[in-house]
Amino acid sequence: MTALDTAPAPVRVTSGASWWSSVVRARELGIVLALVALVGCTTVANPRFLSGQSIRDILLGTSILAVLAVGQAVVIITRNIDLSVGAVLGLSAFTVGSLVQDNPGLPVVVALLAGLAVGGVCGLVNAVLVRYGQVPALVVTLGTLYAYRGATYLWAGGQQITADELPRDFLGFADASLLGVPWLVVIAVVVIVAAGVLLRNYRLGRELYAMGSSPEAATLVGIKVGRNTLVAFATSGALAGLAGVLFAVRFGTVDAAAGTGYELNVVAAAVVGGVAVFGGSGTVWGAALGALLLTTIGNSLAVLDIDQFWQQAIVGALILLAIAVDRLVALRTARALKTRALKTRALKKGGSHVD
Amino acid sequence: MSTDRAPRLLSRISWWDAAIIVVTAVVLAVAAGAVDNFGTGRNFGFLVLDLLPIALIALPMTFVVITGEIDLSVASTLGLTSAVLGSLWNRGLPMETIIPLCVLLGAVLGAVNGLFVTVFKLPSLAVTIGTLALFRGLAFVVLGDSAVADFPASFTSWVTGTIGTTPIPNVLVLLVLLAAVAGVVLHATPVGRAVFAVGANEQAARFSGIRVDRLKFWLYVVSGAVAGLAGVLWTLRYSSARADNGLGLELAVVAAVLLGGVSIFGGRGALPGVLAGVVLLATLQNALRLSDVTNEALNVVTGVLLIVSVLLPNLGRSLRAALRRRRHRVVRQT
Repeated sequence: MTALDTAPAPVRVTSGASWWSSVVRARELGIVLALVALVGCTTVANPRFLSGQSIRDILLGTSILAVLAVGQAVVIITRNIDLSVGAVLGLSAFTVGSLVQDNPGLPVVVALLAGLAVGGVCGLVNAVLVRYGQVPALVVTLGTLYAYRGATYLWAGGQQITADELPRDFLGFADASLLGVPWLVVIAVVVIVAAGVLLRNYRLGRELYAMGSSPEAATLVGIKVGRNTLVAFATSGALAGLAGVLFAVRFGTVDAAAGTGYELNVVAAAVVGGVAVFGGSGTVWGAALGALLLTTIGNSLAVLDIDQFWQQAIVGALILLAIAVDRLVALRTARALKTRALKTRALKKGGSHVD
Repeated sequence: MSTDRAPRLLSRISWWDAAIIVVTAVVLAVAAGAVDNFGTGRNFGFLVLDLLPIALIALPMTFVVITGEIDLSVASTLGLTSAVLGSLWNRGLPMETIIPLCVLLGAVLGAVNGLFVTVFKLPSLAVTIGTLALFRGLAFVVLGDSAVADFPASFTSWVTGTIGTTPIPNVLVLLVLLAAVAGVVLHATPVGRAVFAVGANEQAARFSGIRVDRLKFWLYVVSGAVAGLAGVLWTLRYSSARADNGLGLELAVVAAVLLGGVSIFGGRGALPGVLAGVVLLATLQNALRLSDVTNEALNVVTGVLLIVSVLLPNLGRSLRAALRRRRHRVVRQT
């Protein structure tokens, strides 16, 4: 009896796990297929789309959006949201812009660290309000989205930092590369890999998923929910600050409006990349792929001579499509698990009956 | 039942509502005394026109938030109706046809939100962030970055005009009418009670026979239609149809609703408080603008107010809870 009872169990677990991972893989596969189709169609219409310069543009654009999307993924996985990232990017870009403007000899590393610090502080403010003020993340970050942006406007006014006011070393960083790969892309890849490994293989990462799956259960099993919330928002803020520096490097021109409306693209990238808005599932790889897809769509619109105004409408439609698909997958998973549970129960009953 | 209706209405006005109404009165008084030109009849007209779109959209938003949902797409609905209005006018349709069409368009856009939330059971936050981007994007697709400005004076002057020689703007009558309807529906009809019941406990509401999904769907339709109406009024007020009209207005609306004592978790709130919240927000913005603070900087005030309006009641509650615990401990020790 015991042998009969335990025998099917491992089979069930492995088949469940492989089924689940195939769904996840299918999700990321879907984005890759969409990307391939998009690139294929655009290239057929205009072969210059696959030229070195065009690919470079896409990768540089993706690197900024991907860094933001990784931070957003970390926050959404804990069942929160960070709408303030665009404003943090703007504040960091302007801070770092004026910093290097005043100190032309400043190494780029210091500028990057300054951006991380500015963003990290903004993220901590969000986290404290969410955790200790018990204010929902949506309300907090919607508020700080306007507060940070407004603060940047108060400080900058109509002032604009242009490329000729920034030191050459700083701007040169945009063209500099490591073994042929632009530094911006290298930084983005490092961020993606570091966050991906942390979330996948480390205790802290798994705790973030647990918090998103069930905040109550996470508290009950002794996860330090408060500390982890701080970590998640500080990460998102710091990465938005880093993206601000990358923004200043790439575009060379910074004013108080830098990054306005980015939060929509960032949320879209994460959600399209399979990071469920209910929290508890999704990967930073997916979010980065989402960022790549969105940037490629933007660039192919330009190449195909389609009105740039379509971009935002497509972003919105993609968000709706992605959450609807997630919902369908979740429903099917639930149904599959239910039938499997019923089957095993029937099997057990049958077994005891024979006994 | 009918005899205790009046005290029950009074008891619904919580200490927070009372506080907001008092603060609003104080801010109005201070602004009238300290800011030049604030107390003039002309500025009263501007103040009403400023708060009109926020107040209009805040009415259905109050219902939506009390049911525990949210609609972040309202400002984009306003922008899209404004763009469509301009585009239809350019094609030579008469204004009498365009205006109902625009309100209808708003209702359809709201129905899209309602469909995603009630039929596909998706979280309203994610849905309306998606439609926020989608509707605004479509507005730019319709009108690009151009503007339509040559609207007939008979319509624009009605929106900006006043009743006879009094300083009372025409649109104030419309607003008071709609606010009265919303107040009665929310606080004195079965629909209103259903809204509170759904927000307090959706499962229980469902089991007690409330058609939760149908209710939510129609709330989104009304929310969209009112945002469409606000789009028409916005366009006529500035005599300018642009795709970016009302950009970011959802923040002011949500801020006003939460400031007015509506709980973001649903189930709690009252319309008088919300109206006071709208007036407070608009007064602050108007007074600061008269003191030469730019629009972008004003957003700091709105953003901070939004957070504070949820933070303060929370802090108050946890403070009271801590005090109660302490009292218990003292009692147990003695």
